[in-house]
Formats: sequence, structure tokens, C-alpha cells
Amino acid sequence: MKKDKIIAAILTVTALSAISGLALITIFIFREGMPIILRTGGGEFFLSADWRPRDGSFGIFSMIIGSLAVTAGAMVIGMIFGLGLAIVLTQFAPPSLAAVLKPVVELLAGIPSVVYGFMGVVTLVPLIRNRLGGPGLSVLAASIVLGIMVLPTVTSISVDALQAVPRSFWEGSIALGATRWQTTRMVMLKAARSGIVAAAILGMGRAVGETMAVIMVAGNSIEIPGSILAPTRTLTSNIALEMGYASGAHREALFATGVTLFVIIMILNCVALSVSRRSARERSFR
Amino acid sequence: MTQRKNGLAAFGLAAALLCLTGCKGAKNRPVNVVGSTSVQPFAEVLAQEYEKRNPAERVEVQGGGSTAGLQAAVNGLADIGMCSRSLNEAEAGQFTPITIARDGLAIVVNPANTVDGLSLEQLRGIFSGRIANWEAVGGKGSPIRLIAREEGSGTRESFMHLVMDKDRIPAGAIAQESNGAVKELVKGDPAAIGFMSLGLVGKELKALAIDGAEPTHENVLNGKYKLARPFLFAVKGAPGAGAQKFIDFVLSADAQKMLEDEGLIRAK
Repeated sequence: MKKDKIIAAILTVTALSAISGLALITIFIFREGMPIILRTGGGEFFLSADWRPRDGSFGIFSMIIGSLAVTAGAMVIGMIFGLGLAIVLTQFAPPSLAAVLKPVVELLAGIPSVVYGFMGVVTLVPLIRNRLGGPGLSVLAASIVLGIMVLPTVTSISVDALQAVPRSFWEGSIALGATRWQTTRMVMLKAARSGIVAAAILGMGRAVGETMAVIMVAGNSIEIPGSILAPTRTLTSNIALEMGYASGAHREALFATGVTLFVIIMILNCVALSVSRRSARERSFR
Repeated sequence: MTQRKNGLAAFGLAAALLCLTGCKGAKNRPVNVVGSTSVQPFAEVLAQEYEKRNPAERVEVQGGGSTAGLQAAVNGLADIGMCSRSLNEAEAGQFTPITIARDGLAIVVNPANTVDGLSLEQLRGIFSGRIANWEAVGGKGSPIRLIAREEGSGTRESFMHLVMDKDRIPAGAIAQESNGAVKELVKGDPAAIGFMSLGLVGKELKALAIDGAEPTHENVLNGKYKLARPFLFAVKGAPGAGAQKFIDFVLSADAQKMLEDEGLIRAK
């Protein structure tokens, strides 16, 4: 019994130190980043696209747009393929095939992002440049690379959501004479809706936060991208590209970029959490 | 019983790890060389040779960028900061710069590009966005794609200093985070133009003549090719014994010869 108490105490200390570590990081980022936002007035910092650190102009609007554009593109690709894959794995593929395919997709999550980026630079970028024009390094290239990177997240959570739909729903629909596709579309997807939304939001969080692969394929120009073939810079790449050199106000501005990212990702995670809680509740009512 | 054993094993492992990291520094303090990613590959070659000749000494080379290297030297995190540009006024007061070599700044284009040379004026026009088509400088008609380095890079600062004067590189220029990334991009894009360390150009890119001078070692040495910058080791105050020994080696005839073989231009 005594041993139990000791172990419980040790675990509590570990857990608390992990949480306090997180809290410290949060405090640090905000302490470093907030002053410049307040000083320049949030409006100028967030809504000006003028980023010239040497001349003291820090406006991250073009990067906010860059992050949003790349993430939106990634979600289009990730959702089409991820959800499609989840539907096939749970509704159409024979269980033996699904048992192989799902782990394979999940393995994609284990590939380091720099490898995705490198493959993007070597294969995808020249392809876009030669076939579609533009510099190749583009919103499109970043979207495709990120879309592939979020596939494991989107697929596995969507699969879980679809599998959690009670078997009786499916049986009832089939018994009423609906085809498999009709059942999937009208019953299964509806019943699993909140789980799928959570999958999309978690995938989005991953796409917003990804850095290395994006630096390699997005081109990093500080301009609001005019088309999907134009290069762009995301919030994460801005921090990673310039932090090695930054000092003074520039450094603060990069921390403020971090604050912006932090808030965006917190919002996404909170939404995902509340959506998945709701889906858990819905399930328990049945 | 087994639980206790496991616990003991874990503690032992943790203690061993701690000791390993702790002992490493105590036994033989390495000389830390930190900074410019342009200087880094050359410093690594030198460090390797130095360690081979002096098995007792250790030199650790890290990248991070010129400014970061200087900052590390100020904080005492690095013994030597590597810098791929001239020091600015504020920095010059803080450091003793030691020129270890010079490097040409090559203006690179795709080998398929028909332009072989530019005047400095044309180059400035191109990188400030005033000249936007290759046709204007005698090439095939296609828009010019600017490939720059990220804000704060030593290569970029040197380029701004040597070429751009007061002009700005437009915000729409693509920014890549290393010489290698610039190279990879220009290699694949017939409309691209970029700038990078002459020592790292290799055979897959075309380096342009500027004001009629080919970017060769001789032309940098005799001053005909104007785009050259120093590679510096910056030390704060008097370097430690280990650092001084490494610096002496770097400035020795053997090491200078090695740098030349690697594509740089000797310091003197």
C-alpha cells in the first residue's frame, strides 16, 4: 500500500511538471510576443502585408493569408482522399484488405516532414512548373504535400468515427432496401458526422503547424499569393526562416507570429474537442 | 521484486546518461564554431583535418547563420563565430574579425539560359524588379524569376551591400533558406536567377560574368570580379588556447590550400 502511494506521488509530480512546462512555454511566448502587438497596435501587425524587418515594418497579413490558403488547399486534398479512403475501408473493402490498408496509411504519419518536403521539391515542383507554369514553388505544391501529410490523421479518425456507428443503423438501412452507397451516404456519414468534422479539424491543426515541408515547397515570398501557382509564406515558415538572425524588435515580431499561430491552433483544438465530446454524448444517448 | 529491479535499472540508466553528457565536456572541452551556413561546410572540412592531425583536440561546427553565430560568440556559447559578410559598425567594436578566406558571390542561372553576363547596373535592375523580362538583357523572352535568400542571411546581406545599394528586393521574390535550396531551384528553372557562394556553384549551374569579368579565382584575387566577400572567424576578446590553435591551423598554408581546393579564395 505504501508503495502505491509513493508511485502515485511520483506520477503526480511527473504529470504536474509536464503541465507546468506547457504553462511556462505559453507564458514565455506571450510575454515575448505581446509587447510588439500592443505597441504597433494589433491592426497594423495583423492587417498590414508589409514585412520588412530591417526597416522596422512588421505586418504579417500576407503570411496569415498564406497559412490559410495552404491549409485550405491541404484540407480539400486531405478530406477528399482521407474521407474517401475511410469510406472504402469501413464500407466497401473486404475486412482483410482494410486490415492491411489502414496500418499502411497510418505509417505515412511516421515519415519525417523533411522527406515529404524533399520529395515535393524534387518531383512535384518541377512537374507544376513545367505543366502549369509559374515558379513551381507554390500554394498548390504546399497544399498537395500537406494534403498527403494530413491523410493519416484524417483517415484514421474518420475510420474510427464510421466504425463507431452502431451496426444496427447499417443493418436497418440495408433491410429497407437501400444500396451500400445509399446507406453510406444517407446513414453512415450522417451518423458519424461529428467524428468526421473532428478529423478535419485535427488535420487542419497539423497543416497549419507544419513547417519544414512547407518551407521547402512554398517559395516563401512575402506577398499575398495571387493564384494557387504563386509562391507564398506561412506563419510557421516565417518563424523558422528568420529566427536564427532575429534580434530586438524583429525577434519580438517572430514571437508575435508565434502567438498568432498559438491562438489559431488553440481555437482549432478547442473546436475539435467540443465536437468530439458532442459526438461521444450523442453516442451515449442511443 | 522485479518491479524494484526495473526501477533500479531505470535509475542506473538515467545516472549513466547524466554522467555521459556530464563527463563529455569535462574531459576535453571542444572548440565551438557556430554561424554562417556558407562558411560551415568549409569549416567542417578544416575541423576534420585538424582533428586528424591533433587527436587530442575537438572542434564542433554548427550552422545557424552569420548573425546567430556572432550572437553565440557574444554570449560565450561559441568560441568562434563564423560570418559570411563584413561586420557592421556595431559588431566591429565587439569582435576581432579574422579573415580566413574570401568567397566570390556568384550570380547563377540555369544552363539553358542564353545570357552569359550582365552589368552591375542590369543586375541591380533585375533584383529590384525594374527589369522583369530576360528579353531586356539579351535573353529569350520570359519573365525573370528572382530567387533570394531569407532576411538576415549573410549571403543576402553581402548581396544587398555589393549589388543593391539602396534598392530593395521585391516582396514577391522567392526566398530559399540555404545555398543548396537556391541551387536546386535554379537547376530546374530556366527563368530563374539567384545568388550564392561561388565555392558551392558546382557544374550544374551557369555563373554569370559581371561587368565583363568571369567569376574565377584570379578575377576575384585581382579585383576584376567585384562581387566578393570575406569569410570571417569572429572572436570576442582574446580567444582561448584551443580556439587560438584552431585559428592558427586555419590560417596555415596547408589549410589555406585546402580551402582553395574546395573552391574558396585564399585570405591574402
